[in-house]
Amino acid sequence: MVSERSEGGEAVIKATEMDPKFKYEISKIPGAEKIMLCFQCGTCTADCPIARFSDAYRPRRILRMVQLGLKSRVLSSDVLWLCAACFTCVDRCPQDVEIAGVLRTLRNLAVKEGFMPAVYRELATSVLETGLAYKIPASRLRKRVEAGLPPLPKADVKSINKLAEVTGFSKIIQARRT
Amino acid sequence: MAELRYLLFLGCAIPYRVSAYEISTRKVAKKIGIELIEMPEYNCCGLPMEPISYDIMLALAARNLCIAEQQGLNMMALCPGCAGTLHKVNKILKEDKKLRDAVNRYLKEVGLEFKGTIEVKHFIRVLADDVGFERIKGTIERPLSALKVAEHNGCHVLRPAKYIGFDDPENPVMLKRLIEITGAKCLDYMDETECCGAPIVGVNEKIPLQLARNKLSHIRDVGAQAMITICPFCHMMFDVNQPRIERMFDEAFGLSVLHYPQLLGLAMGFSPAELGFDELRVDTSKLLSAIT
Ligand code: SF4
Ligand code: SF4
Repeated sequence: MVSERSEGGEAVIKATEMDPKFKYEISKIPGAEKIMLCFQCGTCTADCPIARFSDAYRPRRILRMVQLGLKSRVLSSDVLWLCAACFTCVDRCPQDVEIAGVLRTLRNLAVKEGFMPAVYRELATSVLETGLAYKIPASRLRKRVEAGLPPLPKADVKSINKLAEVTGFSKIIQARRT
Repeated sequence: MAELRYLLFLGCAIPYRVSAYEISTRKVAKKIGIELIEMPEYNCCGLPMEPISYDIMLALAARNLCIAEQQGLNMMALCPGCAGTLHKVNKILKEDKKLRDAVNRYLKEVGLEFKGTIEVKHFIRVLADDVGFERIKGTIERPLSALKVAEHNGCHVLRPAKYIGFDDPENPVMLKRLIEITGAKCLDYMDETECCGAPIVGVNEKIPLQLARNKLSHIRDVGAQAMITICPFCHMMFDVNQPRIERMFDEAFGLSVLHYPQLLGLAMGFSPAELGFDELRVDTSKLLSAIT
């Protein structure tokens, strides 16, 4: 279970920790283009259902950390994985920042650095083996027949693995576990 | 009226755990005259993989879209996550040539090409946009006028507005209208459009359970006899997890949670057994005795 502790690292931010180019790097990635337009109004945090029940998850804060270039703190942070992708903030941001897209971008980068909650590896393994994110148990398949539901089609696992290979996904999943 | 024929996209969660949603959907669809064609072959919509890699999400979603294009049919999805993802990817690939070319380079490796010839809709959008309220009204045989219920939309049916473009995400009315067609009254409550929290259950259970509890109590407080969902994940959150929430917060809810097509099906005159009621975790006997 991902803890709710705040972003990793010392409380005091050292200037040497900041990567001034990080925000430019991020703003080239689809979904995160408008990161620099965030003027820290706090609408996202105020309207975020997760923030309401978490002591640590604050989308506005994550956006600011990215603008400051606190790359390793952000990417190694557990709170990155708490966004529920409900898109409330996306609809309400006065600056049209696609906050959930920024979070997705950060997660994709975190994964490349070796940070990925166990549940995602399980889902990914299932997709590569069966085509679906959940392995449908045999009992469910029998129940389908009893209930008169049509059989589930067989997935084209070969094609899925090919797509995983060409998108670089297989390599990410095979990389060392964290 | 446009032909009511769709490829049914079931996704993962419904065949995995939420058969009642599928069973009841097939029943009511048939009665309305919606023809559902089985996908000859499909894979994960892509959404669960998006946190790991945006590219594999695009490729998985696009592959499903290509299969539908080959069949020459629009898609109907029951899970808002699937519907939202497929709808969004379909839209951005149609509009953004550069992205389409990039995704088509991936698809070429598996002998496919995205052309942008079909549409994807969630079940309730099919009902609201394509079937129309009047036609559904004509199928009601047993109005549920004794019932007061509350709706929970599911985020991805409504948001983000710029990709989805259905209903008013701040003040949604479509599901309410679809509920009121059955004769039941649909009550307003606090934080109606708020997320159930399900997407992060795999990394943190405490926050989603608190969110779900909040919704359950708002719904109980306005006196609803049942909650109506249109998402397999929301449904698990409020139905399957309700006993856990009750233990965790030492609070009794006993609130029946129905899939929308189960409610509609009752009003059409189907029996609870025909609509998969046996799969529901929270007891529905009180609710059912109120309408018979
Ligand atoms: S709502 Fe938009 S502008 Fe305001 S803090 Fe959040 S991301 Fe920044
Ligand atoms: S999309 Fe994520 S950050 Fe935005 S309101 Fe929803 S949970 Fe919060």
